[in-house]
Amino acid sequence: MCAITDSAHSEVDAGSAGGPAVELRGITKRYPGVVANKDVSFSVQRGTVHAIVGENGAGKSTLMKILYGVQRADEGTILVNGAVVSLHSPSDAIEAGIGMVFQHFMLADNLTVLENVVLGAEKSHGIADRARAEIERISGEYGLDVHADDLVADLGVGKRQRVEILKVLYRGARILILDEPTAVLVPQEVDELFDNLRELKSEGLTVIFISHKLDEVLSVADSITVIRRGTTVSTVDPKSVTSRQLAELMVGSELPSPSTEESTVTDRPILTITDLTLAGASGRDILHDVNLTIHAGEVLGIAGVEGNGQAELVEAIMGMRDPTAGRILLEDSDITDWHTREIREAGVGYIPEDRQRHALLLDAPLWENVMLGHQTQPPNVRGVWIDAAGAKANTERIAAEYDVRTPSINVTANSLSGGNQQKLIIAREMSYAPRVLVAAHPTRGVDVGAQAAIWDQIKRARREGLAVLLISADLDELIGLSDTIRVILRGQLSGEFDPDVVTAEDLGSAMTGAGEGVGEVR
Amino acid sequence: MKAALNLRKVGLGLAAPVLAILVAFLVTSTVLLLAGDPVVAVWTQLLTVPRPRLVVAIINGASVYYLSAVAVAIGFRMNLFNIGVDGQYRVAAFAAAVFAGQGWLPGWLNIIVALLIAVMAGGLWAGIAGWLKVTRGVSEVISTIMLNAIATGLVSFLLSKVADSTAGSNVTNTKTIPAPSRVPGFAMIPGTPNKVYGFILLAALVGVAYWVVLNKTRFGFDLRATGRSETAAVASGVSVKRMVLTAMLLSGAAAGLVGMPLLFGQDFSYGTTFQPGLGFAGIAIALLGRNHPVGIAFGALLWSYLEQQSNGLQITVGVSSELVFIIQGVIVLAVVIAYEVVRRAGLRMEQRHVARQLSDQPGPSTPQGASA
Repeated sequence: MCAITDSAHSEVDAGSAGGPAVELRGITKRYPGVVANKDVSFSVQRGTVHAIVGENGAGKSTLMKILYGVQRADEGTILVNGAVVSLHSPSDAIEAGIGMVFQHFMLADNLTVLENVVLGAEKSHGIADRARAEIERISGEYGLDVHADDLVADLGVGKRQRVEILKVLYRGARILILDEPTAVLVPQEVDELFDNLRELKSEGLTVIFISHKLDEVLSVADSITVIRRGTTVSTVDPKSVTSRQLAELMVGSELPSPSTEESTVTDRPILTITDLTLAGASGRDILHDVNLTIHAGEVLGIAGVEGNGQAELVEAIMGMRDPTAGRILLEDSDITDWHTREIREAGVGYIPEDRQRHALLLDAPLWENVMLGHQTQPPNVRGVWIDAAGAKANTERIAAEYDVRTPSINVTANSLSGGNQQKLIIAREMSYAPRVLVAAHPTRGVDVGAQAAIWDQIKRARREGLAVLLISADLDELIGLSDTIRVILRGQLSGEFDPDVVTAEDLGSAMTGAGEGVGEVR
Repeated sequence: MKAALNLRKVGLGLAAPVLAILVAFLVTSTVLLLAGDPVVAVWTQLLTVPRPRLVVAIINGASVYYLSAVAVAIGFRMNLFNIGVDGQYRVAAFAAAVFAGQGWLPGWLNIIVALLIAVMAGGLWAGIAGWLKVTRGVSEVISTIMLNAIATGLVSFLLSKVADSTAGSNVTNTKTIPAPSRVPGFAMIPGTPNKVYGFILLAALVGVAYWVVLNKTRFGFDLRATGRSETAAVASGVSVKRMVLTAMLLSGAAAGLVGMPLLFGQDFSYGTTFQPGLGFAGIAIALLGRNHPVGIAFGALLWSYLEQQSNGLQITVGVSSELVFIIQGVIVLAVVIAYEVVRRAGLRMEQRHVARQLSDQPGPSTPQGASA
C-alpha cells in the first residue's frame, strides 16, 4: 500500500562510521492491558543521528526506557557496540555508555550548573575545580555554551536542555537518547538544538532522537525508524521519503486530521473575560489584562509555551483561583466570584490538563468517576442521596455512545488506557449539557485512535453551539480545530490569528515574543 | 462475570489481614524463641476458647475500640490523620461525666443530653486542629498530638476542681451518675453474671451511620473523593477547606462517644482510673479494618480478644502479657505493608482482566510486517 515501504526498506547506512552502536533484536514489552512493544528490531550506526518516530502512544517512550534500563523487556536482546548487554537500571546503561535526556528536565533550579551536573556523579571528577574544568571542556568541545557557575534558575528552556545533555556527557555517555527534545522548544530553539546534535555527531557520538514531528526528523536525522502500535514498521532514509509518506507509515493508511468543517461561529457571546489580572508572588502578574470572548459555536485556541499563564487562566475560569482584577461572564451572569461547583453546575465543562491528577479518581470505579465534577446533578443524586443506579445507567450509556473501551463500568479508572480515560472524561463533560467546554491539552499522551475520537468530540461540541476554549501545545491541532487563535506570552494575550492563514512558524514567533506584532492578520 | 469480580475483590480484601496475622504469628514466635520462652504454651494460652466472663469482656472492650476506630477512620477516608482521638475522647468523657453526675435531668434525658455534650466536646476539641489546618496550614498530625497533651493536663486540672472527694481514698472522680441514668447491660452470654454494655447498640448505630453517610450521600462522595485525590476533588468543585473542617468535626464527634459505654455501663464517673489509650488502639484498628465498618468490627474484636487472653499469660506460662503489644504492633506494621502489596496485585490483576476482556472484542488490526 505504501510505495516507499519497499523502496526505502533496505537497511540505511547513511553516514555510518563503523558498526552499529546499538542494536535491538526482538524487543517485546507487555504491560497489563497493552503490549507496549512487540518484536522491535533495529540498529543504530555509530556517529549518526537516528530518529525514532511514531504517534503518541506508539511505544517510543517505553522502548527508550528499556534501552535506558528503567524498564526491562520481557523478550529480546540489546547489543551495545556489538556486545549483548543486560540493563537492569539506569546505572547499568550509563556504564554501557548510554545516557538519556528526558522530556521533562530534572534540574534543581536553585543550584548552579556545576552542582546539578556533579550531583550523583561526585566520584568522576570531584565536586569542585576538576569538575568545573571538565564541564567547561565539554561545553566548549560540543558548542553547548553553558557555564559551570550559572544558576539554573536563570537559564532559558533551550539552555537547560543543553545542561541536561552536558550532564549525560559528563557521565561518559557515547550514545545519547533524547526523548521528544523539541516538545518544550520553540522553532528557533529547535534549530540551535539541531546544530548541537550535528556537533555531537561529528565528534563520533551517536544520538537517538525520539519525536513525532516529521519535519524536524527529516531535517536532522541520518536514518529514521518508524514505530506503529508498538512495533517497528520500517527503517527509512530521510533523503528518500517525504513527510507525507512518513506520516502514512506512522499512522497506517488513513491520516486523521484535526481540521474542522464550515464555520459555526455565531454572534452570541457565551464566555466573556474582561481585564482579567492575576497577581503573581514575585510582583509580576501571572495574567495581565486578559480579554477574550468566545461565541456560541466557536473554538478559541490558545497557543503558548508552557508556563506563560495558560494553566492559571483555566483555573481562574474554573473558579479554582481568585483573580486580582477583572470579570468573567457566562452569558449574562458574572461568575468571577463563583465557586468551582457553581460554575460547573452552570454548564462549564472542564477537561483538565493533567487527567490523572485533576480529572479522575484512579482507584474508584468508572461510574463514580463519571459522577465526579457533577456529583450534585441528576442523574447522580436525589436530594442529599447518591443515586447509584442512575449514575451507573448514565455511565453505561455514555461509555457506549463515546466508545470508551471497557469490559465493565465497575472497573477502576486506573485499569483503562490513557486514551480511554480521556474519552471517558470528555464523554462525562459533554453528557451534562454544557454551554462552555474548557479543554486543556485534550489529546496529550493519547493514541491516534483516541486522538481522532477526541477531535470529533470537540468538533461536535462546536456544531452543537458550545463555546470551546482549547489550550494545546500541538500547533497543528490548534490550527486545525480553532476558529480563532490567540497566543499567550508572559500572561498576556496577543491579537487574533486566523487559523486559515497562520503558520506554525508565525505562532512560534509570537510564542517567544520574537516577532511581536508580526502575523496578526485580523 | 460481575460475581467473579466481586469474589476476587473479597478474596483480595481478606488476603491482607490474614497475611498480616500470619506474619505477626511468625515474628512473635521468633521473639519467644530468642527469649527462651515456651512458644507452644504461649499460643495455647492465647488460643484457648475464652471463658464466658472473658467473652463478655472481649465484646465490651471491642465496642469501645470500635467507636474509637470509626472516629479515626472518618479522618482516614479523606487522608486526615486524626491522631487526637485519644485527647478528644477524654475531654468528651470528662465533660459528659461532669454533667451527668449532677443529675439535673431525669433518667434517659440525662443520658441523651450527656451524649450530646460528649459529641460537642469531642468535635470542638478536634475542630481546633481542623481550624488550625484550614486557616494556618498546621498539619493535623502535629496539632492533634499537641492537643492530646493539652487534653491530659486540662482534664487533670479540671478534675481536681470538680472532684467528688471521698475521704480516705486517693482516687479522684467526678460525681457518680445517679442510678436511673445508667445504661443497663444485656445478659447475652450464658454462664456469667457479667453483662454486655447496653451502648454496644450505640457502637453499632455509629457504624451504620458511618457506612450510610460515606457511601450513600453526596457529602460522603465528596469526602471520599477528597481522600482519593485532593486535586481531582478541587477540580470537581469540592471546597477542600470546608471538607477538612467538617471531617475533623465529625471525627471528633465520633471520638466523643468512645468513652460513653464505659461511663454509662461500668464506671459511672470519670476519674483517674478511666481507661486510657483508647485513641491509639483506634488508629491501629482502623488500619487493620481498612476503614470499613465491618472490617473495623473484626479488628476491634481481635484487639480486645488478644488483650483479654493475654491476661493469663503471666500466671499460666510465666510470660509477660506485654507480649501482646508485640503481636499487635507487628500486625499493624504488616497489615500496612500487606494492603499496599495486595492493592498493587489487585490493580495488576484488574488491568490484565480488562485487557483480556477487550482483546476478545474486535480490537485494532495487527500491524503489518515489521522490518528486519
